[in-house]
Amino acid sequence: MAVAHGQSRLSLWGGGVHPYGISHKKMGMWLFILSDALTFSALIFGYAYLRNASANWPTPFHIFPSILVSTLMTFCLLSSSLTMVLAVYNAQHGRNAAAAKWLYATIAGGVAFLVLHLNEWRTLIGEGMTVRANAWGDSMFGGTFFTLTGMHMFHVLTGVIYLGVMAYRITRGRTDAEGVEVSGLYWHFVDLVWMFIFPLVYLMSVDMGGGH
Amino acid sequence: MSHGAEPGDSHKIESMKVNYIVWVWLLAVTLIEVFLAYIKVPIHIMLIALIGLSIFKAALIVSWFMHIKFERRSLVLTLIPALTICILLLNVVFPDSFRLKKMAVNRTEKASHAATEVHP
Repeated sequence: MAVAHGQSRLSLWGGGVHPYGISHKKMGMWLFILSDALTFSALIFGYAYLRNASANWPTPFHIFPSILVSTLMTFCLLSSSLTMVLAVYNAQHGRNAAAAKWLYATIAGGVAFLVLHLNEWRTLIGEGMTVRANAWGDSMFGGTFFTLTGMHMFHVLTGVIYLGVMAYRITRGRTDAEGVEVSGLYWHFVDLVWMFIFPLVYLMSVDMGGGH
Repeated sequence: MSHGAEPGDSHKIESMKVNYIVWVWLLAVTLIEVFLAYIKVPIHIMLIALIGLSIFKAALIVSWFMHIKFERRSLVLTLIPALTICILLLNVVFPDSFRLKKMAVNRTEKASHAATEVHP
C-alpha cells in the first residue's frame, strides 16, 4: 500500500495495489451489483411511469391470499439473508462444514421463495393475466409485472445455483471465506431488490374495495 | 468504518448478535408496511411511507448484511453517491407520465362529450 512507515493515518485516496482495501473479486461483485441496481431501478421506474400515466391501473391484490403469501415470500428472503450471514460467519471462523450447512439453509429459503412466487404466477395466469391483457384494467400491468418479478425471480434462481456451487466448493476446500462472502453480497442484493418490489408492486396494488 | 489496507485485513464478523437484531428490525418494518396496506392508508401517504421504509431497510441490509459499514470509506464514497445520482437521474422522464395521464383523461372526456352530442 502507498503508506509510508511512521505515517499516522492512511490517505483516503492513497491508491496503491488495493486502493479500497478489498480484493479484486469483491470489487468485481460490487461493480456488478452497481450495474444490476441500475437495471432494476430502470425497471421499477418504468413500472412507476406507466402506472402514473394510466387512468385505470389494476389493483388486483387482496390481503388474503396475495399479500399474505407475498409477505411470507419476504420472510423467506429476509431469513435466507440471515442464514447467509451465518454461512459467512462460520466460513470466516474456519468452520467450513457449518458454513456449507447454512448455505444449504439459504438455498432452501430461496427455493421456498421461488415455489411461492411461481404458484402466484400460476394463479394470476389462471385468472387470465398475460403480458398483454388482464381482466382488471390497463393492459400494461401484466407486461410490467411479469418483467419486473420475472427478472427478480431469475436472479433468485441464479443465486440458488451460485450458492449451491459455493456450498460444494467450501465443503471440498476449493474456496475460502472470501468466496462465500462475495456470494453473500450477491444474495443480499437480491434480497434488497425485493425490499422495493414488494411494497411498490404488491402493497401499492392492494384492492381498496369495489372489486377489480 | 475500517481502514484495513490489504484485502486480507477485511473485517470479520465477531458476533452474530447485531445481525439477529437487524433481521428482527427488517421483519418488523415489513409488518408495518403490510399493516399500512391493511388499514388502507391514502395512496400518496402510502407511497411516501413505503419508499421511506424501503430505503431504511435497504440501508440496514447494505450496512450490516453486506458489511459495507466495515469497509474503507473510499469504497463507500466511490459506490454509493454515484449509484444514488444515477438512480435519481433515471427520474428525469417521470413528469412526462403526468402529461400522458392528462391526455388519456382528455380523450375520455372528448369521447363522452361526442357521445352526448350524437345521442342527446
